[in-house]
Amino acid sequence: MPLIHIKDVVKTYDMGAELVHALSGVSLDIEENEYVAIMGPSGSGKSTLMNVIGCLDTPTSGLYQFEGQNVGDLDDNELAEIRNRKIGFVFQTFNLLPRSTALHNVELPLIYAGMSSHRRRERAEEALTAVGLGDRMTHKPNELSGGQRQRVAVARALANNPSIILADEPTGNLDSKTGVEIMQLFSDLHTQGNTIILVTHEEDIAAHAHRVLRLFDGKIASDEKVESPLKYAQSV
Amino acid sequence: MLSLHDYSEGVKIALTAIRANKMRSVLTTLGIVIGVVVVTLMATVIEGLGTALDKSISSLGTDVYYLSKWDWFGGEWWKARNRKDVTVEEAEELRERFQLAEAVVPVVSTWQRTFKYKNRSVKGNVNGTVPEYEITSGVVPEEGRFFNHYESNAGRPVCIIGHDVAENLFEREDPIGKTIKISGYSYRVIGVFEKEGDFLGTGMFSKDTQAFIPMENFLKIFGTNRSIDIHVKMHEGLDKEDAKAEMIGTFRKIRGVPPGEENDFGVNTQDFLKQVFDSVVSTIGVVGFLITSLSLLVGGVGIMNIMFVSVKERTKEIGTRKALGARRSSILFQFLIEAATICVMGGLLGLAISWPLSLIIDEVLPSQMPLWVVGLSLSISIAVGLISGIVPAFTAAKMNPVDALRYE
Repeated sequence: MPLIHIKDVVKTYDMGAELVHALSGVSLDIEENEYVAIMGPSGSGKSTLMNVIGCLDTPTSGLYQFEGQNVGDLDDNELAEIRNRKIGFVFQTFNLLPRSTALHNVELPLIYAGMSSHRRRERAEEALTAVGLGDRMTHKPNELSGGQRQRVAVARALANNPSIILADEPTGNLDSKTGVEIMQLFSDLHTQGNTIILVTHEEDIAAHAHRVLRLFDGKIASDEKVESPLKYAQSV
Repeated sequence: MLSLHDYSEGVKIALTAIRANKMRSVLTTLGIVIGVVVVTLMATVIEGLGTALDKSISSLGTDVYYLSKWDWFGGEWWKARNRKDVTVEEAEELRERFQLAEAVVPVVSTWQRTFKYKNRSVKGNVNGTVPEYEITSGVVPEEGRFFNHYESNAGRPVCIIGHDVAENLFEREDPIGKTIKISGYSYRVIGVFEKEGDFLGTGMFSKDTQAFIPMENFLKIFGTNRSIDIHVKMHEGLDKEDAKAEMIGTFRKIRGVPPGEENDFGVNTQDFLKQVFDSVVSTIGVVGFLITSLSLLVGGVGIMNIMFVSVKERTKEIGTRKALGARRSSILFQFLIEAATICVMGGLLGLAISWPLSLIIDEVLPSQMPLWVVGLSLSISIAVGLISGIVPAFTAAKMNPVDALRYE
């Protein structure tokens, strides 16, 4: 059973006068421990696909099964629970709480998971240490560099041991050197067994992935295995 | 279900948000602050009035009727003006014919007479009465004694003075046995009443500034052309209403009031004070309630407004929280807590302001801010916060996470 099973998914937005078909019949499977890059020009539907995969949005029609569970059947609270426990989001703009410490930011998904304060602190410290920020736990976002902020966000995504990490243009707001560092982090996470789905429009970022999906006009234009994924050392 | 984590996280988020916008939060609470100040001060004043009332009631005898030309409260003074004076003879007749009374006591008063001793003088009322006054008033002199029947019948120039009169004229001297001048006439002081205090500083019903002399003497010195009051104290164990009806009937006969006509005299009781109290309290209550409601309404709208702003400003944060697994209820709760926290701060600020003000009131009208009003204020604050926070919080809770994340 694939981790993600998507069959004929259509997503239509009603923009008043016209219907916008963001996704018009997408089918794909993603297995555990894959490293997939979703690419495409703007308006191709890649963000919509990511929102559907991330359970932030539900398809208009078609089937989406996450770990065998039909997402279309879930209510709001159940979707929140899947996002909380199964999916780790990394955003282009980091989306950290500006007035909270790195530690508290990482604790956030654990709070919504109902974990006791002692355990979630332990877990958050672990996650921050794993991304190399063991010495920056009590810093607030504005006391951290862009790369460090994105590391906090990755630690936050990892905190609940999710089934997939879903990253939307994770290097879009970083300079290329820092971007490479973050890509290194993703490669490491992949090596450790995590499933990673990356949305990007940059070829050299997508080149780190093991599989590249290209979207065009709401349809999958190509789905290719990458023979020799870029290692971070090569791209410097 | 909301867990304890939601709760503590909610408070933490609220405090962080409020700290980030200190000035805005404080200004927002202004309406709540005013509301709480009004509620607490109102309760303090009402409490003070209640205490004053109790004191005043105790200064009047209990179960005593006061027959008079005038009605103390209500009634129609322009009608009362044309009534016949109540006379000492009528009091005498009532005493003989009305058997249900333990005492029927005529009291005649003249106002603002000068009391003098050596080079000191004060002004106060002079009352002419009879020894049974001790029974109807329920007070005995603190020092010395009331005049007896012999002194009364003979119209001897003796007096019992109120506590303030004694204090002002004699300071450290013992007043008993000393001779003072009342409107130029000499009286020997034979007793001093204990201090009573008065009703709201008006001097009403307080014997503190008065002097009591025998009726016979009063009529000789100050003349007979005054309408008197008759104090009637009933025997114990009578049916009050029956006894009162009997008394009124008897007095109507004495005054020759034809059947079917209104009484041509007032029948007063200490209940009158209760009526004054109730009307004052209800006036304060209505005014206070209006001001409080208005300021709470304004405060509530202010809170609602600022919560809408807060929700709007934090749209992206809401989206992020939802992406991280926050349920609708968690978001709803977060903003409700924030609104309630702002309001509780307003409530505390209001209490901090009204506490010193209540001490100032205490100077004028002995009173204390009741504890329950502190609880009430904080409860009202929380309620206003929850009510005005519910719509913004609901707006936040039902946001679509995709749109919220995209919001810039």
